[in-house]
Amino acid sequence: MSAPDDGDERITANVLTGFLGAGKTSLLKRLLALPSLSGTAVIINEFGEVGLDHLLVEAIDDDIVLLKSGCICCNIRTDLKTALLSLFERSRNGEIPRFSRIVIETTGIADPAPIVATLSADPMLRHHFRVGNIVTVVDVPNGLTNLDAYSESQRQVAVADRIIVSKSDIAPAEDTPRLRARLEALNPAAEILELDETMQPEDALFVRDIHDIEARGQEVARWLQAETHAQDHHGHAHHHAHEHDVNRHGDIRAFVLTGDAPLSWARFGLWLSMLLNRHGGEILRLKGLLDIEGNDSPVVVQGVQHLIHKPMHLDRWPEGVHGTHIVVIAKGLDPALVERSFRAFNDLAPLADGLAKSA
Amino acid sequence: MCGLCGAFGGSDHWTGGSAATATGLTPAAERQARARIANQILKPYGLTLDEWAGRFTLRARNGKTAIIDHFGAIWPEAEKLTGRSFDPLDPADLDRMEGIS
Repeated sequence: MSAPDDGDERITANVLTGFLGAGKTSLLKRLLALPSLSGTAVIINEFGEVGLDHLLVEAIDDDIVLLKSGCICCNIRTDLKTALLSLFERSRNGEIPRFSRIVIETTGIADPAPIVATLSADPMLRHHFRVGNIVTVVDVPNGLTNLDAYSESQRQVAVADRIIVSKSDIAPAEDTPRLRARLEALNPAAEILELDETMQPEDALFVRDIHDIEARGQEVARWLQAETHAQDHHGHAHHHAHEHDVNRHGDIRAFVLTGDAPLSWARFGLWLSMLLNRHGGEILRLKGLLDIEGNDSPVVVQGVQHLIHKPMHLDRWPEGVHGTHIVVIAKGLDPALVERSFRAFNDLAPLADGLAKSA
Repeated sequence: MCGLCGAFGGSDHWTGGSAATATGLTPAAERQARARIANQILKPYGLTLDEWAGRFTLRARNGKTAIIDHFGAIWPEAEKLTGRSFDPLDPADLDRMEGIS
């Protein structure tokens, strides 16, 4: 089980997303069968293929709320808030069993960011719930086509903490590595797991996350592998932002900002809030390990679009890692310009070669 | 701005930091220190930030002032006070900053 973060007793909310037919509900069904996840409530966002997913999930768990709205952006906020608070109150009043986790299954075409925003921005929700792993399911038979055709599919991959590659057993063998390479390039900070419908997923998919003090170091180490991907792909760490590379899909790019001197928290906060104020919609995901002035141990920050979570503490620097590393997954932003801005605002000397590091 | 983005969370905004970023100063001294650092960035934009009774005041060159709770509100308020937008990726501003750093 996960260790609470400094006495944080909030309910973990996981977002489960993925395109139509990717196998979200099947995965959820198998996860909820695990004893360690028995105290999990489920919320489904209904849209389009009305009822089908709902009927399947309803057989699993009684504690289900079906959202009435058709999702997409801010409309979801009120429904989701009402559903979450209703479940919380009913649980506290003893009308339904207490639950320690809630899974929000999105519709196939949903951009999960507004759901995360709802959970993070609403003071009442934030008081009771914290955002856990965002799990995205991508199926091998249709994954590449969906990524090419739908920006929502790209966004679902870009914001994920865990990506489940499903249905490789019903696709040509060569398709799975092709899909994996594409997913790795779109989101180098996420863990990618192959899981056919006959395989039992581990509860770690939901349980091991950045809030878990014991898992945090490993989680951050995974983010930092984003740079290793860059070296694998390019054979060197520095990579010019304007060259063609495998990390460019549509115009979603993953890149890493690095700082060689400790940052002032005030300066960093002012810079990042300025960037998010103007370009928050273009920043799909941000995960960083920061070297902050006056702190011997590293500080962890992460967020989805405009929303950044409160910074967390990591006991020690991961082996071989020093200084600030921030993985950014953005749509339509020039990595070299973001790097230049990061360095200028944070009082770091400009890079001599003017190059940004691609992830 | 989207309704979600505008729903800033009051005093527990992420820019206020946490135990992970604590400096050991008293909260008031820490806010004053943060305002001093912020002014190094804000001055060239014609903005001034001051600590005030547990909050901050943001003042524009035109004399307009706003009271804000946290750093996350600085830029949206600055845009309201000045009627202009602020982009950290503006190459002209970056040229200026690199010139003086």
